[in-house]
Amino acid sequence: MTELALQQYLDFAYIIAVILFILSLKFLSSPVSARWGVLAGEIGAALAVAVTLFNPEVTQYKWILITLIIGAGVGVPLGMVHMTTVPQRTALSHAFGALSAAIIGIAEFYVGTTPTRFQMGEIALEVIIGSLTFTGSLIAAGKLQEILPQRPIVYRGQNIVSLSVLAGALGLATALVVNPANTLLFPIMVTVALLFGIMLVTPIGGADMPTVISLLNSYAGVSAALLGFVLNSKVLVVAGALDGSSGFILSVIMCKAMNRSFTNVMFGAFGQVQAAAAAAQEERTVRSASPEEAAGILAAASRVVVVPGYGMAVAQAQHKVRELYDVLSKKGIDVRFAIHPVAGRMPGHMNVLLAEADIPYDRLIEMDEINGEFAQTDVALIIGANDVTNPAARTDKSSPIYGMPILDVDKARTVMVIKRSMNPGFAGIDNPLYYMDRTLMLFGDAKAVVNGLVHELSANSH
Amino acid sequence: MPPDFISNLYVFILAGFVGFEVIRRVSPLLHTPLMSLTNALDAIVVVAAIIIAGRHETRLTTTLGAIAVAASFSNMVGGFLITDRMLRMFKSRGSKKS
Repeated sequence: MTELALQQYLDFAYIIAVILFILSLKFLSSPVSARWGVLAGEIGAALAVAVTLFNPEVTQYKWILITLIIGAGVGVPLGMVHMTTVPQRTALSHAFGALSAAIIGIAEFYVGTTPTRFQMGEIALEVIIGSLTFTGSLIAAGKLQEILPQRPIVYRGQNIVSLSVLAGALGLATALVVNPANTLLFPIMVTVALLFGIMLVTPIGGADMPTVISLLNSYAGVSAALLGFVLNSKVLVVAGALDGSSGFILSVIMCKAMNRSFTNVMFGAFGQVQAAAAAAQEERTVRSASPEEAAGILAAASRVVVVPGYGMAVAQAQHKVRELYDVLSKKGIDVRFAIHPVAGRMPGHMNVLLAEADIPYDRLIEMDEINGEFAQTDVALIIGANDVTNPAARTDKSSPIYGMPILDVDKARTVMVIKRSMNPGFAGIDNPLYYMDRTLMLFGDAKAVVNGLVHELSANSH
Repeated sequence: MPPDFISNLYVFILAGFVGFEVIRRVSPLLHTPLMSLTNALDAIVVVAAIIIAGRHETRLTTTLGAIAVAASFSNMVGGFLITDRMLRMFKSRGSKKS
């Protein structure tokens, strides 16, 4: 009787936590209220964790306390990492989330009595998704951290091999559903699912990471929701559904921004076909300019749009870009930033880097909003972005990126491109933008070139 | 099909729709913090991990539960922390708009 009443109090606390979680995401609709969202989420999570400690099933506290302390000890440094490492940190946290969901499913399998067929099906599906998300996210984190090569790793017949491995995992799951007492199959199924996660992400190149990270986010959510089904825990079902739909929405946005389908990202191994096309290009002339010349043009401009890309992140040039923004703004020049949805390595990557450098967020403009304004722009300054500015996406039907929405920088009066060399990116797609008469190439490291521009512009003003 | 499954399915579908409607409205400016925040919320699986780790069963399940508590709680702490750090960086220029 009293235990039943206690269970009701616990459920009530979980409902409050769920409400706070939904509010938490709602507050995120605007940067003004967003920090309240974190607070709402924190209160909800703290409440849920605290009441769980009173669950009558919990009898031993030693390991709980030790592991909570370890978790906090790992979590705080992971929360304090430098902003440039946010993509790999995010991939790592997908891995942690999926790991815990998979492990709990595994533990549930070994707890007490043999599961019914229905329960077995739930557990098997949950553990397969959790396991493949775990290893897949680890591979993604490794690629983003550049421990593993960012280029796609492909071999002949890869898709068939990978899909057979997935079919193997599902086959073992089916065998377990038919006979849940056949416990030997379970660890084999987990191993095969872990292997499939590795095979799923290894062939995917760095430029596709925004989609992959979003998809893994979605999978991590789905595995948590399925765990909620296994354990009959509605708070997990809700949190997992929220995380799953968030990852799904982001994946759709990323795919649209690249004009590609999920299947194409997962199994298309971007970057093979194009290499041949790029090699066939004849030599064409480009105009390069020194920082002095470029600074002169910038100083005479009244509207400048900066287009940041992954190259800016790699060179960690965002603070120098901020200096450039300051010196141009001081001259009365209108400076804005054009943000392509897939610029960088994860959704919103550029916004975070520029915000870190104290650039006001109302200067960061989305693609659809700014595209109409390039025709009235004096200088479009491209810093380490490539494919998202490639006009071939609009004009050249044979281009592998044909149809992808791009930033229409080629419509600006002058285009400046900061780039290390003429070497095309690893996607190997040639960019006709670089050969236009109105384009000036500023060769060099993004940070060094922007520094040169800032230097010239500050010298001019005296 | 167990009755629990049906009620869980209702909750899943409704929560999916709520999530879709709420997250659709999140500004693309904040997509990175959105992902770290949903990761932190997803780490609520820690409550299931706590029960497994604290329930007196076999050594295997306690160990698995303990690993899950550490992994998910680090996600929760780290996720909220980095989301807040990111959101603090987003500053408006205020009235000085052209």
